Amino acid sequence: MSLRVSDLKVHYRTLRGDVRALDGVSFELGDAEILGLAGESGCGKTTLGKSLIRMDGRMRHVGGTVELDGTELPIGDDRRMNDFRFHEVSLVPQYSMSALNPTRKIGKMVGELLRSRGVTPDTAKLLGRLDAVGLPHEVLDRYPIELSGGMKQRMVMVISTLLDPSLLIADEVTSALDVSTQKAVARALAGFRDNGFVKSMIFITHDISLTYQIADTIMVMYAGRLAEKAPARTIVEAPRHPYTRMLIDSLPEVGVRHADRRLSGIAGSPPSLLDPPAGCRFRDRCPLAFDRCAEEPPAAEIAPDHFVACWKA
Amino acid sequence: MVYGLTFVVAVTVDWMIPRFMPGDPVAGMVARANVSQPAAVEAMRQYYTGLFGFDQPLWRQYLNFWTALLHGDFGISIWVFPTPVSDVIMGAVPYTLGLMIPSVLLSWVVGNRLGAYAARRRLLDNTVLPVGYVLTAMPYMWLAVLLAWGLGVIAGVFPIAGGYSFSMQPNWSAEFLLDLLHHWALPFASLFLVALGGWAIGMRNMIIYELESDYSTYLAALGAPQRLIRRYAFRNAVLPQITGLALQLGVLVAGALVTEIVFSYPGLGSLILKAIQNQDFFLLQGTFMFIVLGVLAANFIIDIVYVVVDPRTRAGMAGAQA
Repeated sequence: MSLRVSDLKVHYRTLRGDVRALDGVSFELGDAEILGLAGESGCGKTTLGKSLIRMDGRMRHVGGTVELDGTELPIGDDRRMNDFRFHEVSLVPQYSMSALNPTRKIGKMVGELLRSRGVTPDTAKLLGRLDAVGLPHEVLDRYPIELSGGMKQRMVMVISTLLDPSLLIADEVTSALDVSTQKAVARALAGFRDNGFVKSMIFITHDISLTYQIADTIMVMYAGRLAEKAPARTIVEAPRHPYTRMLIDSLPEVGVRHADRRLSGIAGSPPSLLDPPAGCRFRDRCPLAFDRCAEEPPAAEIAPDHFVACWKA
Repeated sequence: MVYGLTFVVAVTVDWMIPRFMPGDPVAGMVARANVSQPAAVEAMRQYYTGLFGFDQPLWRQYLNFWTALLHGDFGISIWVFPTPVSDVIMGAVPYTLGLMIPSVLLSWVVGNRLGAYAARRRLLDNTVLPVGYVLTAMPYMWLAVLLAWGLGVIAGVFPIAGGYSFSMQPNWSAEFLLDLLHHWALPFASLFLVALGGWAIGMRNMIIYELESDYSTYLAALGAPQRLIRRYAFRNAVLPQITGLALQLGVLVAGALVTEIVFSYPGLGSLILKAIQNQDFFLLQGTFMFIVLGVLAANFIIDIVYVVVDPRTRAGMAGAQA
């Protein structure tokens, strides 16, 4: 088992009190597994991604543990966490277009970054990785503005995985790209796993159909908690949590004329995480809700590797 | 191209200003001569008018001005007749440059350092920021008067007027140079302090902005040490400060001129005041011209420096698109 997250709680400090963005999430990630993390905005998926590598100033580690390859990550301790960053845990950020220092040539920047982490730059390896994503070697001698958006994205992917981290967090990497490049980037990431550049990966997105194409397992989150986690195929074909079902139903399907069957959304909006209601957080929007939903449903394993947090599942 | 256009406009305005000022310089010169015979007065008036070319129509005077200018001839001063204007200016230029260059450059460098430090330490930030605002908000002459009064009149540590002691003749002895430095300290301090605050505030804000930018966050997520991130942030934050320097140059020169007047420092500022008081067209024109040329040249240099330090402007010039 490569990553084990148990009952992780991360809150945002605000003037009006703590926002419980991540409120008791547990899951495991196997070796060479790609976990697709899906859910609507504000469900805690980005918070989870950030918690695993670098929390920002307003985030506070309230409880729970994260274990990577048998070692506990000091996620609440920015300084001690530094030893793991880049070497063990790495990140392909949402903002790849602006992630490179605009006034440094890329090759020089990479060299400076590696040396600052106490690593001697390995040119042959770097060039090999550029070949792997189809970037010409000259990019190292260019400034970031001389690259196209897609090239910058691939460059960042190469830099982030240069030290062969155990865990790669890809946070909404495709949201700034057009549809034709999205798939190529997703494929490239899966290729990184296949070639052993990274051991396992968490692929964060709100696009379930894209996740389905590269992820082995999909985890759906709702309002800071886990809703359902199952192999990708199961999530799409036989979801058990009402939220997952409605989420899948809201996707357009090939061959269905939507003049006949209107696409449905999910009515309502998620609860405030400043003071979340007790019990199941999806209760107010759920068509199946009944009395017992006032109690919090545990994430039960209803089939091998299929976890659902719902009383009706 | 832009510089050429600016130059033409500046020269034209420069020529117009003294000519449309009320008053008659020749009348003033004749009056100073204290001649009572009407015939002699008339002769003198004609001589001077012809000498300075005031008898010609305005458009002719304008063309003459350009021709003379291109020959490097600024005309003859009326105030210290018959010294050529260029000689008068050259006597004043070293004082102004000696004041301007160190105060502008030092305040820029020190201000940037101070701002960068302030951005990373809360305690320092809480002191640098208010002090910086107070300093920039100060008019040059007010701080100058304050310094002259406090350190000059009350404390008596520094002289309050002149470029050197009246008892001395300019020479290269150590004694004279020390005296020069002594007189230079207060005007320098007032220029330095006012400019310092602005640069420090600007730099502090730029550094904070850069440290929150995406590339800083990315480097931090990859565990890069603060030293590297700070270095990148500083380098990128300095770029707008260079532009700021180019923009501020005119204001800084104006400030220096006013400060010189406060301290009766024998630079271009005092010269302008004298020229206006004495209706000395040519001296005024020449001084303005010199200042305009100086600011243009400095801007040109900054433009070149900017292209060297920022790769993005280079790409823009080569027709590339971001």
